[in-house]
Amino acid sequence: MLDLAAIAIRFQGSTSEFRSNRRLIVPAERLLETLKAMKSEFGFDMLVDITAVDYLEYEGATDRFGVVYCLLNTGSGERVIVKTHVNDPDPSLPSVYELWWGADWMEREVYDMFGIRFPGHPDLRRILMPDEFTAYPLRKDYPLKGRGERHNFPVITRAES
Amino acid sequence: MSNPLSDNVFLTQLDAAANWARKNSLWPMPFATACCGIELMATASSRFDLARFGAEVMRFSPRQCDLMIVAGRVVMKMLPVLQRIWLQMPEPKWCISMGACACTGGVFDTYAVVQGVDRFIPVDLYVPGCPPRPEQLIAALIEMQKIVQTTGTVTGREFRDRTRATGPVPLELDEIRRSREATFVDQLEIFQPPKIGAN
Repeated sequence: MLDLAAIAIRFQGSTSEFRSNRRLIVPAERLLETLKAMKSEFGFDMLVDITAVDYLEYEGATDRFGVVYCLLNTGSGERVIVKTHVNDPDPSLPSVYELWWGADWMEREVYDMFGIRFPGHPDLRRILMPDEFTAYPLRKDYPLKGRGERHNFPVITRAES
Repeated sequence: MSNPLSDNVFLTQLDAAANWARKNSLWPMPFATACCGIELMATASSRFDLARFGAEVMRFSPRQCDLMIVAGRVVMKMLPVLQRIWLQMPEPKWCISMGACACTGGVFDTYAVVQGVDRFIPVDLYVPGCPPRPEQLIAALIEMQKIVQTTGTVTGREFRDRTRATGPVPLELDEIRRSREATFVDQLEIFQPPKIGAN
């Protein structure tokens, strides 16, 4: 089993565990370095998912966004969750597309839903919402029912169709 | 041989004859985006057999259809597609909004789901249900046949006067108020969709 505490010390991070989910929390500026080491040194060759959490108005939270990388070692079956935090304005993280090509659409989804940019991504544009959409819907300051986007279309009447 | 024509000649109005032909050969355009589409398929298949009402010819090309059945929720990205398909259908044409989501958005009251297709395209008949049973769709089709028979004209001139949208106002005051009330919103940014037929 991987010694996460040693890795945390090496990258100035911390660890936590919940129901056998082992987590490694690192500062954003050490993230790329950490993930490179996780892939090349510790054999985490599969990136399962990238997702994000908006901690706006969350009790006890000090950072606005948490970004979560779920890693899998396909050799040993071990899983580790690497987490980091970014803040307004202009939350951004280095792209891990060069490490795992599967990060392409995952980073686009995080960008689309949370507005976190990934410099180094080859084609960072919206993946779920229309290109013309201006907001980031999964941010906590975005109203559930939107800002009128869903109703701003031309109306076709019977006579003109 | 006193009146040889009486059994062979049938006098009617041209409008009524055209309506009779049209109502018994409605060609649906199945715009099926969700579970209502499954019920629509069940309605078309042998147990419920839409062919009994002459409407079994589901065409996936809008140019060949005259009855649009919107079955399922329509999201922001799909609405321009729906409108384009509606415009591509030749006159005369009718529209059935099938199920709670197509009529009102149903339970999906979120930023991306259109709250009823009748806000953006004309709808002749609403079918309630989540999803509606095939019997309900068949009842709606029979009702649609009545509409075609009683209001139709051979040149489609009954559509000419329907210049006003019949659905709710797309962007209600309530919607605008709600978006202004949301915290952290300095100014109202409203999504501008591409114009229909722009490219």
